[in-house]
Amino acid sequence: MENRPLEYDYTVAKMFMFTTVALGIVGMLIGVILAFQLAFPELNLVLGEGLAEYTNYSRLRPLHTDAVIFGFTLSGIWATWYYVGQRVLKVSMAESKFLMFIGKLHFALYLVGVVAVVASLFLGITTSKEYAEFEWPIDIAIVVVWVLFGVSIFGLIGIRREKSLYISVWYYIASFLGIAMLYLFNNMEIPTMLGANAAGESGFGNWWHSVSMYAGTNDALVEWWYGHNAVAFGFTVPIVAMIYYFLPKESGQAIYSYKLSLLSFWGLMFVYLWAGGHHLLYSTVPDWMQTMGSVFSVILILPSWGSAINMLLTMKGEWQQVAASPLIKFMVLGSTFYMFSTLEGPIQAIKSVNAIAHFTDWIVGHVHDGTLGWVGFMIMAALYHMAPRVFKREIYSKSLMVTQFWIQTLGVVLYFTSMWIAGITQGMMWRAHDEFGNLAYSFIDTVTVLHPYYTIRGVGGLLYLVGFLMFAYNIYKTMSARPVEESELQNASPMGA
Amino acid sequence: MFHWLEKHPFFFAVGIFVTIAFAGLVEILPNFAQASRPVIGTTPYSTLELTGRHVYIKNSCNACHSQLVRPFKSETDRYGHYSLSGEYAYDRPFLWGSKRTGPDLMRVGNYRTTDWHENHMKNPASVVPGSIMPAYKWMFTNKADVETAYAEQLTVAQFFSVPYNKEVPMKDGSTKVVKMGASIAEANELALAEAKVIAANMKDQDVKDAVAKGEIPEIVALIAYMNSLK
Repeated sequence: MENRPLEYDYTVAKMFMFTTVALGIVGMLIGVILAFQLAFPELNLVLGEGLAEYTNYSRLRPLHTDAVIFGFTLSGIWATWYYVGQRVLKVSMAESKFLMFIGKLHFALYLVGVVAVVASLFLGITTSKEYAEFEWPIDIAIVVVWVLFGVSIFGLIGIRREKSLYISVWYYIASFLGIAMLYLFNNMEIPTMLGANAAGESGFGNWWHSVSMYAGTNDALVEWWYGHNAVAFGFTVPIVAMIYYFLPKESGQAIYSYKLSLLSFWGLMFVYLWAGGHHLLYSTVPDWMQTMGSVFSVILILPSWGSAINMLLTMKGEWQQVAASPLIKFMVLGSTFYMFSTLEGPIQAIKSVNAIAHFTDWIVGHVHDGTLGWVGFMIMAALYHMAPRVFKREIYSKSLMVTQFWIQTLGVVLYFTSMWIAGITQGMMWRAHDEFGNLAYSFIDTVTVLHPYYTIRGVGGLLYLVGFLMFAYNIYKTMSARPVEESELQNASPMGA
Repeated sequence: MFHWLEKHPFFFAVGIFVTIAFAGLVEILPNFAQASRPVIGTTPYSTLELTGRHVYIKNSCNACHSQLVRPFKSETDRYGHYSLSGEYAYDRPFLWGSKRTGPDLMRVGNYRTTDWHENHMKNPASVVPGSIMPAYKWMFTNKADVETAYAEQLTVAQFFSVPYNKEVPMKDGSTKVVKMGASIAEANELALAEAKVIAANMKDQDVKDAVAKGEIPEIVALIAYMNSLK
């Protein structure tokens, strides 16, 4: 026994891999439906007049964002945590009954949360705050799920054999702490069943309804401090955690620079939180805060590019792998999209640019080149790397991966280029004046002009969804294939050779 | 120092937390010290208006419509005076939105009528040719939830001192009192009285009949809210 290598236990990782794929399909499918509803409004009645209330754009829109954020992305983060955590801390989940129980409970409660969220959003039970739409009972459930994630992180760290925390673990810890702080403060609300009238009667109306602790401008300030940094600690920090583990593992290359990873980690931690103000430029929040939001957004290029450059330089001298391995393709293009997106964001945060970009589809385009190109690609790459090791089977098809890669890349490119044109067109038309100083266009002119771009965007999204279904199929065929080996493989995927 | 931190997870976590919490402390707390004071003329939402605001939120109208007029000529030309912080003093939650798939609604009450909204919500393209907004026909049959709005009024009056049943200064120097029911029965009466005014300007016979029977369809509440946005 003494000399056997550690056998890691991937039970919980497998569970979250399943929800990553399932909720990814749901979230992206709804996204494609939404995209085509904007191009062809009759699709709002896709299931007929009777169900219009539930298939309507506005009812589905929060479902799309929350399914991809709290469904696909969170599941992906947790699937990788329950895989990477054990390996970099050199300890198996099987060694602690307690942590195994916590992991399973984490997953079970998460499933309950997912069901509650889907049901409540379909019914229109929402607080309206973006990415924080859930009413207080679900908020409490989410906090419990999040605490279990924290127990799992620090529990595993507590029994670790490798004393030094690997870079990925830094990012997982940061993700846990960041979201915990942001989520708690943004969701401070008072259940309205507490409100009592002069006769002392209370408990009127829906028991789940609540009212925000903050009003107006303050509410907006807290919401975008949350909203922007939920992106930071949900879409950036844990995804960087993944690439710091999976890229060196898959390529066999050591991280290019430890110092650069230090600089970008602590830089990101310090700078990111300030940038939330760029969502509120020219609004009624104080000017100095808007300026801080702008300035720090530009500074944010440094730590973001630090991580991305560190990744790309890790491939130094080994660029032939990009051509040879579809998995490396996903990760290298992911880092590139990360650089692209973290340059685009600061540009949009410059006040004069924001004056045109804000409220337009350019912002939607920006979000999607980050999420599709960076978050989506990285999570799929992580699952592709994990699948053979977790299921002890070879990846089903490498050529399917390559096809998927190109289809999805084309999808992302169609998506963001069409949204750039749409956003800038609309922003310019809104502000155009004629020779007499009157507005040149009525609002509807600026909507109908977008039809071709909305159509192209829908096609781009559809291509990405098709690629994702290929990914799901590939993973399914991998896990259901005949097992190859009983113990861990040396060259576990066709790319490893 | 960093090598040491990486071997001591507790201090590492504390270090991260302090680093990320710093910005929030500096940026957000000072603004709370001078919590938004209402500008003159801003009144709390009446029972029916608040009910309508819930209908607005329930259907995520804020996913496509902003309520924030930025201080540019092109925006003040199109939507009216730019937004002031104090105008949002009673907005819990804020409904600024982040995307203008449709036009801003901050001051829609100044230039759209009950009749316009009625036709528009039934079939947007009939009023605005080329519109990509979906129809909201179920609002004409779904019953509005006045009771939850009443609970919210009680809550904000109790916890945030929102001035219901109190004199609020108006722009012309007069004062106005926004009433809140002393009981749920009175709240329903207040809402129904408002609903009757709206329904009188509507054409849909089913809606008129419902209001005459003492029921309030969602559309009536929503229009009351739309008309209050000025």
